[in-house]
Amino acid sequence: MVLRDVNLTIHDGETMVVIGCSGCGKTVLLRCIIGLIKPYSGKIIVDDEDICQMDRRNLFRIRKKFGMLFQGAALFDSMTVEENIGLALREHTELSPAEVRKKVAEKLEVVGLPGIENKKPAELSGGMKKRVGLARALIMDPQIVLFDEPTTGLDPIMADSINNLIMETHNRLNITSIMVTHDMASVFKVANRVAMLTNGKIIFDGSPKELKKTQNPAVRQFVEGKAVIA
Amino acid sequence: MSAWIGRRILAFFTEVGTLSVLMYRILGSSLYAWRDRKLILKQMLEIGVNSLPLVSVVSIFTGAVASWQAAYQFRGVFSTGMSLDFLGAAVSAAILIELAPVLAGIVVAGRVGASIAAELGTMRVTEQIDALETLAIDPVRYLAAPRFVAGWTMLPILVIYASFVAHMGAYVVAYLLLDISTSAFFGSVQRHFLIYNVFSGLVKALVFGGGTALIGCSIGIRTTGGAEGVGRSTINAFVYSSAFILIADYILAMILF
Repeated sequence: MVLRDVNLTIHDGETMVVIGCSGCGKTVLLRCIIGLIKPYSGKIIVDDEDICQMDRRNLFRIRKKFGMLFQGAALFDSMTVEENIGLALREHTELSPAEVRKKVAEKLEVVGLPGIENKKPAELSGGMKKRVGLARALIMDPQIVLFDEPTTGLDPIMADSINNLIMETHNRLNITSIMVTHDMASVFKVANRVAMLTNGKIIFDGSPKELKKTQNPAVRQFVEGKAVIA
Repeated sequence: MSAWIGRRILAFFTEVGTLSVLMYRILGSSLYAWRDRKLILKQMLEIGVNSLPLVSVVSIFTGAVASWQAAYQFRGVFSTGMSLDFLGAAVSAAILIELAPVLAGIVVAGRVGASIAAELGTMRVTEQIDALETLAIDPVRYLAAPRFVAGWTMLPILVIYASFVAHMGAYVVAYLLLDISTSAFFGSVQRHFLIYNVFSGLVKALVFGGGTALIGCSIGIRTTGGAEGVGRSTINAFVYSSAFILIADYILAMILF
């Protein structure tokens, strides 16, 4: 049981970043929030509805409020970029193929990748896959976007570019963002609030400024990136 | 020892339960069949059309060897050779009832069942199935149902094709190597032809096609363990599908004949 007694409230429009050591349950937390994993006990309330008690039909209804960027982007190998991004529109809306293509092109402009509609995921670099994954997560104009280690595996310049994209998207669309990462540069650039997970519990919940000033030794060790506590 | 047996029995029933739940969810997805027609058609092309070359090769040689070995057995029992007049009928019945459905089924289990498990297993370990869920798309409806429908509909068509090709293989051997004339061979087939044999072969094909696709989907969607897990799923899908075909063949034979 990797999560125990987690209590966390995320407000509309916030950018909440959850940090913690590898294997502490950050990704599990994200998966619980979107209903991919059902917790053994407790509640997950989204817009006054407890998703832990929902059947599949209602869970799918709630999921339309979400977008998620996976750590590896999780693009569909058999589809082109256009098909990947437009899939949710084709499944859930009555838009014509031409309208879907137009919306896809708009989202590709937003993520800085115009003109790559016909490429397959295998032809894309890691950074491009993340940006296409972000475009796919945003295509339905979600209220809440989850980011699972969005900068992991990227070079520092590309990582900063992704952080900028996340901030621009947040500001333009006024979405609620929940990010899990252990990239401290991302935390201080993007976060309104930071929570730290250790041993299945939240041991810190505050602003990035409070994070820098905290005297909690476990939190300091993580923020400073030291293997041994001084 | 008894604990091991108990665990295997529990595992078997767990697997049957999992397949039943998947089947139930696939049937529930049938409401979307028209909307998902492009997905179904794509799978029908993959399962049916792309299996034709392999099914052709297997069928022609199956028919040929059936003809040759039937002659060997007839000559062994009856020394006059007159019994070869029945060769066409005997081979035809064997092809329609057993050889075409089972061999086409096992070819499809190997080619299609394993590739379904590999494809869905890869999607599982690379989080693509989770991505579908987060897009509020049911993976069973989008991935499993089209494959099940395609397997269920295309294997009977493949079996009809396989039966025809196997008959041709049997005829070529009978004509070229056994000195049986065209009229003798096909006359024998026609005189002893029973439509029930075709019907029973198609019933088997329906069961084998649906079962193979269902097993491939079930194993693929539940893959864990990265690349090694995908490899394991691929092998398991072929092994379990083949075992299912052979066991179902026996049960259907008891029921149909």
